[in-house]
Amino acid sequence: MAKIRGAVVVDVEACKGCSVCVVACPSQVLDLAKEVNGKGYNYSYMKNPEACIGCENCAIVCPDGVITVYKVKVA
Amino acid sequence: MEKELRLMKGNEAVAEAAIRSGADAYFGYPITPQSEVLEHLMLEKPHERTGMVVLQAESEVSAINMVYGAAGCGRMVMTSSSSPGISLKQEGISYIAGAELPCLILNVVRGGPGLGTIQPAQSDYFQSTKGGGHGDYRLIVLAPASVQEMYDFVELGFNLAFKYRNPVMIQSDGIIGQMMEKLEIGPQKQRRSAEEIAKQCPWATVGKPENRERNIITSLDLVSARQEQHNHKLQAKYKEIQEKEVRYELINCDDAEYIIVSYGSSARLSMKAMDILRAKGVKVGILRLITLFPYPTKIIQELTPKVKGFLAVEMSCGQMVEDLRLAVEFKKPVEHFGRVGGMVPSPEEIVEALEQKIIGG
Amino acid sequence: MAEITLKDIIKEENLVYKRSKIMTNKTLSYCPGCGHGTAHQIIAHTIQDMGIQEQTIGVSPVGCSVLMYDFLDLDIQQAAHGRAPAVATAIKRLMPDKFVFTYQGDGDLAAIGTAETIHACNRGENITIVFINNGIYGMTGGQMAPTTLAGMPTSTSPYGRDTSMMGNPLKITELLAMLPGTYYVTRQAVHTPRAVRQTKKAIRKAFENQKLNRGVSFVEIVSNCNSGWKLPPVKANEWMVENMFPFYPLGDMKVDGELVNK
Ligand SMILES: Cc1ncc(C[n+]2csc(CCOP(=O)(O)OP(=O)(O)O)c2C)c(N)n1
Ligand code: SF4
Ligand code: SF4
Ligand code: SF4
Ligand SMILES: [Mg+2]
Repeated sequence: MAKIRGAVVVDVEACKGCSVCVVACPSQVLDLAKEVNGKGYNYSYMKNPEACIGCENCAIVCPDGVITVYKVKVA
Repeated sequence: MEKELRLMKGNEAVAEAAIRSGADAYFGYPITPQSEVLEHLMLEKPHERTGMVVLQAESEVSAINMVYGAAGCGRMVMTSSSSPGISLKQEGISYIAGAELPCLILNVVRGGPGLGTIQPAQSDYFQSTKGGGHGDYRLIVLAPASVQEMYDFVELGFNLAFKYRNPVMIQSDGIIGQMMEKLEIGPQKQRRSAEEIAKQCPWATVGKPENRERNIITSLDLVSARQEQHNHKLQAKYKEIQEKEVRYELINCDDAEYIIVSYGSSARLSMKAMDILRAKGVKVGILRLITLFPYPTKIIQELTPKVKGFLAVEMSCGQMVEDLRLAVEFKKPVEHFGRVGGMVPSPEEIVEALEQKIIGG
Repeated sequence: MAEITLKDIIKEENLVYKRSKIMTNKTLSYCPGCGHGTAHQIIAHTIQDMGIQEQTIGVSPVGCSVLMYDFLDLDIQQAAHGRAPAVATAIKRLMPDKFVFTYQGDGDLAAIGTAETIHACNRGENITIVFINNGIYGMTGGQMAPTTLAGMPTSTSPYGRDTSMMGNPLKITELLAMLPGTYYVTRQAVHTPRAVRQTKKAIRKAFENQKLNRGVSFVEIVSNCNSGWKLPPVKANEWMVENMFPFYPLGDMKVDGELVNK
């Protein structure tokens, strides 16, 4: 059966750490990092990358538009 | 070319001039004594004649912001009102000045303060020439004294507005707006095409093509150093206007011992007073202001050593006279005469004022 | 199949979503999690999808979104507080073939600009109005707005909005739907992926409608103001669902010129 795998890239320096993406993810992929970016925000990152299905939910709710989403079908 | 003569009210002349000069839009709100501008425009169907947009707004506030929107698109746009309405427009005028947009505003002045009267006055001089709204800015202010000038100053006003990217005001009054005179009207000019506008106004918001930076119309800059720079740029522009755009008329000033400084309908009444005084052997001349800003300071400074005194005649409690005093620098007597509240001075009163305040004084 | 690595997935050909190219590179001035940003992204994507960058002129308000012209790569005019509908009226009347939209907060649109809003809608100007209702004056530091809920504390109603003294929250969108000049009136939100997808459809429709020349298309977005509400972003969204949505229910009010009966 074809399986979907996704991945996101967060523009770490542009992330404001609002965590709206974290709660929007249906697969609990994202979390805020313990570390902060140059502006002092705990940025969003894929804590659980294997679970990502590339649904774009996180990206479309991100107010700052800093998430890019990729998706592949794997056999 | 054949001259076309018409008999028209001053306000109607403005409307006709707007259509014939190829204006793109007019936005206004009724108020006495200038409602004929919008009425005449609606009657003339400019949307059919030239494609000009004419719209009655819900308020003067809205009308002036429509002017902002149209001017931001590089369009030739005007509005008109009378004193209380012009007060409402001040917010928009300040934004237009700050954003450096060209537009034309007609004020057919009536007596104030407040709702005042619907009768003619010239008591908005401070408001027109000193800024009017908030912030450091100036309008170019033209003062017509005839129906012909009401007509002519529309195109002149638009030309100055675009030359300096600055709002221009025609400050008229209820007499000039309402009176009928014969005037010569010009041919119908073509409105500029969208391409011509984009070329003439590369700053205009007409939609951002791939190959240029986006255009932004704004008066905001939160960076103080840049806002200061912007202010300095505006001031440099006003200085250039003061150097290049002063307009006035000297009448019988060559041998004059006394000079009446006046504008608009007051200047016309002063002409009659001058005739009476000249008949009595008093050498009186008139300096008629055509631009209220820029003020003709230089010519006043040239006249000052040659004369015995100045009388400012204006339908206010003494506004323009302040600029006259600044120009004369206390070197000669300067007095003021005016009637207010919609009262119009008679030539005899002006004669008496000059005799008592200057000659006898 | 063998293990697939992130490297295999993160490739240009697998790209499914990225920030719209109608957004500039400037960092948005909005607070973390603010719905203004999400609304901007939606507008940018819509204009990109429709391919109308060159035909679009925006009007920004006075409010937190005053600097919209820094963030959207479009020709934009910044209007005085509340006057955006008048400014947009003129732009559209002079260039009827262009897409013209205003973007306004609740103080801008429903308090100081009430007259401009109602009359632009009543004249049926062929424009799109995007209305961000966060129930507060965000920019000036959280004062009471016309839309502030009854009992809701703000800096100028510190003990909560007392409606007997301060008036009732204004449902201006319901009011506008009653006017014959509005063609499409809807209330949306941007706090969840589902809401964002709905709003994107609404914004698209609101822009597409301009081709029909039938009047105003009005999209209210009930949004958060984390700073004004003094809540962290996710909590603010929860508060919004619990408190704002019951009073400002989401959904279409008028579609294709017809009131939606509910
Ligand atoms: C004439 C005028 N009055 C008041 C202000 C101050 N002011 C700036 S923004 C604002 C309120 C904005 O609130 P809203 O429209 O709800 O936008 P938000 O910031 O919440 O998005 C006020 C009162 C102003 N700039 N101009
Ligand atoms: S929604 Fe955007 S800004 Fe907020 S934490 Fe996620 S990536 Fe960062
Ligand atoms: S694309 Fe979907 S699954 Fe992947 S992180 Fe974003 S929300 Fe989660
Ligand atoms: S103050 Fe409120 S509306 Fe303004 S950016 Fe911050 S959260 Fe958004
Ligand atoms: Mg608000």
